[in-house]
Amino acid sequence: MARSKPATKPAAAKERDRATLSKIVHLADDVAAKSLGGRDPVVHIPTRSRANTVWNKKRGLLQMGSAKAERQLFNLNQARQFMQTMLHAGGIKELIDAGKTLSLRGMFYKGLHTVAGTKEKTFSDQDESDGILEDLEVSLGALREELHIFAKKAGTMVGNITVTDTGDEIDCRRMGSGGYAIPSICEPDVVAFKRCEAKFVLHVEKNTVWSRFNEDRFWEKHNCIITEGGGQPPRGVRRLLKRLNQELGLPVYCLLDCDPWGHYIYSVLKQGSISLAFESERLAIPDAKFIGIRASDYVDCELTDDVQIALNDKDIARAKQIAEYPWFQGHKGWQREIDTLLRNGFKMEVESLITKDISYVTETYVPERLKAKDWLD
Amino acid sequence: MSAVASDTMERTEPPDKPRRRETAESMAARQRDISVSEFFAKNRHLLGFDNPRKALLTTVKEAVDNSLDACEEAGILPDIRVEIEEVAKEPSKRRGADTPKGEKADKPADDAPTRGAGASARYRVSIRDNGPGIVRKQIENIFGRLLYGSKFHRLKMSRGQQGIGISAAGMYGLMTTGKPVVIVSKTGPKKPAHEVVLKMDTSRNRAEVVSETEHPEDDAMFAEGHGTRVSIELEGKYQKGRGSVDEYLELTAIANPHARITFVSPPQSGDDGPQTAEFPRAVSELPPEAKEIQPHPQGVELGTLIQMLERTESQQLGAFLQSDFCRVGPGLARDICEDAGLTGRTWVKQVGHAEAERLYDAIQRAKIMAPPTDCLSPIGARTLLKGLDKGLAPEFISVSSRPPAVYRGRPFLIEAGIAFGGNLPADEQARVYRFANRVPLQYQQSACACFKAVVDTDWKRYALQQPRDGLPVGPVVILIHMASVWVPFTSESKEAVADYDEIRKEMKLALQECGRKLGIFLSRRQRMLRESERRNIFERYIGEISKAVHGINGTDAARMFEALLAQARRRTAAADQLLDEEGKVVKADAIEGDETVLIRESAAAPSPAQPAPGPPTAPAEPRRRRGAPGALFDEAPPGKPAAVIAPTRASKPNRQAKATPAQRPPTTERAKPTKASERIAPPAKTKPKYRYVNGAIVPVEGERLF
Repeated sequence: MARSKPATKPAAAKERDRATLSKIVHLADDVAAKSLGGRDPVVHIPTRSRANTVWNKKRGLLQMGSAKAERQLFNLNQARQFMQTMLHAGGIKELIDAGKTLSLRGMFYKGLHTVAGTKEKTFSDQDESDGILEDLEVSLGALREELHIFAKKAGTMVGNITVTDTGDEIDCRRMGSGGYAIPSICEPDVVAFKRCEAKFVLHVEKNTVWSRFNEDRFWEKHNCIITEGGGQPPRGVRRLLKRLNQELGLPVYCLLDCDPWGHYIYSVLKQGSISLAFESERLAIPDAKFIGIRASDYVDCELTDDVQIALNDKDIARAKQIAEYPWFQGHKGWQREIDTLLRNGFKMEVESLITKDISYVTETYVPERLKAKDWLD
Repeated sequence: MSAVASDTMERTEPPDKPRRRETAESMAARQRDISVSEFFAKNRHLLGFDNPRKALLTTVKEAVDNSLDACEEAGILPDIRVEIEEVAKEPSKRRGADTPKGEKADKPADDAPTRGAGASARYRVSIRDNGPGIVRKQIENIFGRLLYGSKFHRLKMSRGQQGIGISAAGMYGLMTTGKPVVIVSKTGPKKPAHEVVLKMDTSRNRAEVVSETEHPEDDAMFAEGHGTRVSIELEGKYQKGRGSVDEYLELTAIANPHARITFVSPPQSGDDGPQTAEFPRAVSELPPEAKEIQPHPQGVELGTLIQMLERTESQQLGAFLQSDFCRVGPGLARDICEDAGLTGRTWVKQVGHAEAERLYDAIQRAKIMAPPTDCLSPIGARTLLKGLDKGLAPEFISVSSRPPAVYRGRPFLIEAGIAFGGNLPADEQARVYRFANRVPLQYQQSACACFKAVVDTDWKRYALQQPRDGLPVGPVVILIHMASVWVPFTSESKEAVADYDEIRKEMKLALQECGRKLGIFLSRRQRMLRESERRNIFERYIGEISKAVHGINGTDAARMFEALLAQARRRTAAADQLLDEEGKVVKADAIEGDETVLIRESAAAPSPAQPAPGPPTAPAEPRRRRGAPGALFDEAPPGKPAAVIAPTRASKPNRQAKATPAQRPPTTERAKPTKASERIAPPAKTKPKYRYVNGAIVPVEGERLF
């Protein structure tokens, strides 16, 4: 599949690259000017912390505040990071010039070498490198895709839709048992929607559940798209969902575990996350709906004791924390949901419905809920 | 329980009425005078003759102390020769009867296995001085009687106090070897030298003259025409280390830099003959003469007051108060007498016990000036500094000399010094050098007020480690000197200073003063180290950054590198400020110009941050330091002057940061104050000593940077 892309790159992408490049050059110019002028070279990096995250109630989004941190060369704690930032900025420029993309891990290796004359490596592990790349994203105001960097694929899609992925047409109705692997970059120049009959999107938490739906050809019966994000969905999946929701106007329903982690996944899908608050507008789906599993399902679906997984202390603390999120705080349904979860004292996975019947979830649970419009949003 | 108890009681036989064994008369037949010498012969441990090793030390110490006292009193710069020669192995049989076995040496000497008859031997100890000599008729008294001397009845600062020491040493020698003491003394070039052989009679506290020789006037025994030599043969043990004769002489040299001491020690294993050590004179002026003072009224107890009243030559009370005490003038004398319901004209003879008590109370109530302090002769800050420098050659010394204070009406003065670094062991407890009236105290450390004052001081504030209730840990020597007209020792062997509150307080103040300066020095050094680490880190990344920026926008990498390097230098300027061309520590600001501080080249001086080559540049021309180095002392420091070392430096400009103590020139160079404008970064390319790994600075044996 080695194709040389640059020649056939759409004009929009070229324009985007030019903009990104000018941002990087501007950053370097600033550092050079300060250095030559005997001033302290500084990179301004918007703070990616909870304190610098603002809940935009009107738009239903988590957005990044305006706080910025200075990263100085002449600060003992920041010197190394400053060097790494400049190193990666240079690396990204090379990528853009060459019209290639690299994974996060690839970037780690791209920037990795030994600092001249020492035994010190420029990056001690990938985490360090990933953090610097995120810093660059926010400080350049450019998205990861725009920096020609992608994350590893972790998402699957199947359903009544045909897309074009880098020029290849992909019919998501004919993806066999594996499904279409959602790429890490889901911008329109990579993934374009060609034809879509589906009326809604069902996003499930894990691959195992997704397989159940695929095998039962749920999407065929109910004319929908089924996606999966391997737990916390990566940016590519979120971006794709957002585009399906925004561009095609498909409602997004989420089928997640009944535990604080599931609630958190829903929260991220709907409002955005703290660490990616700067991308919320492109990723968050404020009208995403949570159809289950609900804490009350234990009684409603007449499940047995066997499916109970006791909440541990961490779960309890996390649940209470989630209940405090501003977008859940005034939401009666969610307060009740979390309250019930805590009162139950146990969590349940989507798979627990299998105890009723192998296809209970696809044949009974989801259709009934959708029909009854029984969901939280 | 009670049943058992009563059972036991019943079984216990009622004690017989004690049989009368002695009558008062029969007991009276045995009751007689005990001579002081007999008492001390039996209790010689009280005088410092507990074991053979300590006995040897005490003998030397008593003789040297007497010599120093005599020389100073006569205004002669002391020149003392101590000679210890092994005479013959002691027959091991006889020894056991004499010396209590299993007696343990004191703490500081615990490294010396002192027990075991085979370990001790017979030595002849001879101490010769250039003092004023002793007139013939006093020789028997001074060397043959315990508690005979000139120093007990006066309040004057001197080493000796009671007049026990040297006679006790002679007595010990006589008892362990049966050999008498030989004294040679000459009082002037025109006078004959007398050689007297003395044997002590313990029961009478008198000495018998065994033989007597009069040498001709023109003998060559004393180069300066006067002096005394005493030879004592005794059973002892010569061993170096803590609590040894060597240590005593070293310490004595520190506290008495005006003395010249020659020490001839018996050959140790490996030596091919007696070894001679010289402690040269470091200052050539005598310490100011200590004045004798009268007792302070408020330092005298009631009993003493009554005794003084009985013995005074004054007729009337007013005269008595004025003449027999210090700080009492006619007005004060009158006030005291009136307060006691007496008058200045009251006849002393008529003052009975009741009146004396009233007088005593009145004295306590009166406002009397503190005793005069010209009776104290401190070592002096500069002299102390020199003594420590000469003896230990550390990196840092600070000394302090407190103003005189008073305990029990007796003036005293505390001096302290701290030596840090150099070759002092880094991981051990600090050593405490204690002195009283310039005499080193080597035993009973933990009983001494000095030790308590050191332990009491919070050394953590001065950047030293200190375990709870312990001595600080580090390459530190702490010196405390107490000068007083009467040093309160805890025992006759004069090993520890008694723990009076006033004394301990003064000691702590002196220590704190020194400690503060040490703290400044250490934190300065710490900062330097930090700054040079900082620079290392900055400089390490500058190359990478320049390259990356060049890759992005084509900025000239070399220019950018230079610019950033200059900035890094500027920002870590503190690392340079304290390093001169040799990478040595220069004095810290706060203690700059302080006469009581000496900072020498630092063994642990951080490597000067290295100017990374990166883009090649012309090597910076090392700027020359202008002006002569301002010496801390007006005299030239002993040994080679700084200039002698300069050529070495010039020929090996790349060497200094790597210099190990062994490579460094001998410790003759003093701190060279340089002006800020003259301080420059060493031009050498050095290896980075630290690197930054996962947020931590770790030492590295790295190759060259860039």
